[in-house]
Amino acid sequence: MSLLAPVAGLGRATLGLLAALGRIAFFAGQVLSHMLRPPFYLREFLHAVMQIGWFSLPVVGMTAVFTGGALALQIYSGGARFNAELVVPNIVAIGMVRELGPVLGGLMVAARVASSIAAEIGTMKVTEQIDALVTLSTNPIKYLAVPRVAAATLTVPVLVAVGDAIGIAGGWLVGVNRLGFNSATYLQSTVNFLEGWDIVSGLIKGAVFGFIVALMGCYHGMTSGRGAQGVGQATKSAVVAASVMILATNYLLTGLFFTS
Amino acid sequence: MIALRQVTRSFGRNAVLRGVSLDIPSGQSMVIIGGSGTGKSVLLKCILGLVRPDGGTITLDGQDVTKVERDAFLARFGMLFQGGALFDSMRVWENVAFRLLRGGAKQSKAQARDRAIEKLRRVGLTPDVADLYPAELSGGMQKRVGLARAIAAEPEIIFFDEPTTGLDPIMAGVINALIREIVTEMGATAITITHDMSSVRAIADRVAMLHAGVIQWTGSVGEMDATSDPYVQQFIHGRAEGPIAAIR
Repeated sequence: MSLLAPVAGLGRATLGLLAALGRIAFFAGQVLSHMLRPPFYLREFLHAVMQIGWFSLPVVGMTAVFTGGALALQIYSGGARFNAELVVPNIVAIGMVRELGPVLGGLMVAARVASSIAAEIGTMKVTEQIDALVTLSTNPIKYLAVPRVAAATLTVPVLVAVGDAIGIAGGWLVGVNRLGFNSATYLQSTVNFLEGWDIVSGLIKGAVFGFIVALMGCYHGMTSGRGAQGVGQATKSAVVAASVMILATNYLLTGLFFTS
Repeated sequence: MIALRQVTRSFGRNAVLRGVSLDIPSGQSMVIIGGSGTGKSVLLKCILGLVRPDGGTITLDGQDVTKVERDAFLARFGMLFQGGALFDSMRVWENVAFRLLRGGAKQSKAQARDRAIEKLRRVGLTPDVADLYPAELSGGMQKRVGLARAIAAEPEIIFFDEPTTGLDPIMAGVINALIREIVTEMGATAITITHDMSSVRAIADRVAMLHAGVIQWTGSVGEMDATSDPYVQQFIHGRAEGPIAAIR
């Protein structure tokens, strides 16, 4: 009996994981279904756009500028090993728009937004505000989840685009001021090297990551346990799940977009 | 009339409702009493469809509540939650007018605000409260706002979930009197769950006692005082000794 205990534990964990994925998929289906049917809560959507998009700009911008700068330094010192220092503008640009812009932007938004959505909705759940919504003939998924998920799906690509530009600017600043690049040459190399698909693929990733972040925040908030501990657990689970799903989805999307 | 027949509901291994049968005629104020954790709130949530019963039937005017059109069904109800459940991101008037600003019977913002202020006045609050946020109000004021929200759309049926919990005796008396007045003047059907005996005497036309997952006793307030049922006697007199275990 005890020899089989680890196998039984593994089986239970696997079944638990599959059940959780099923619940999340069902929740995502409900959100998408409500997204296409009226009523639409425009005021809540615009509020979510401000909260998720506008107020995330500083943290995404700061992350991007330092990442672009560090990337330029790394590529310069690494490239020097095989006399390839001049590829700094190209690699900073492609690295930012294809990978680091969307992934780091998505992770920063996950930390900031998934946690706040889960805490807000979780608190609403434990204080019976979600039950109150139902008694007031308002579907909580339509009223709480749809505006947030739609806003995140639309605004995170914009954040990624801004982050890309700031990240490239960070690389340019370091390249020109510390590594001795000519400013015009650096910018010309960046513009010439980037292709449209490099940018568009990053923006598509941003939209998918935005969807994941808001979905995880809403799902964990609405399934929050009781009391402060339940809300704390929901908040933690939302950030962890969103971060892991962003990294896993990034791998899948990169494989889909760039290997053929 | 709301009719419950053999309603059961369990949470894991904990069978909270074990076959509740109860009739609440239209226009009557029914108060359900019972100890903490006996499933009074679960019973209300089952009627509203917030919790799905495991078994039994609940009908409203002869129609199974699980098969009716949800929006039209819920439009007939108003509910005052135990903690108020006010939306803390909205101003007081927006809370009260929530239903009036959305859905089929949507009104203009100005009309909804006027109606909200009228309802706030009805529960004894002045119009200057309308633009405050719930966090800026005392517990008693939050209950009144919750009451104003429950009656804003003039529902046929109103539920009150422990309306006086957390209030001082004077404020509890004010809320009890308000509930009685409003229910009488609206001619609404009311179900109140409470373990506050002053609420029972102020609000109830009839009383039902929920114990061990079933309706242990029903009767009028007068019958409640006269009954020899040991469960009711222990509960209404707050005795530690009796058939109801003090430790649950």
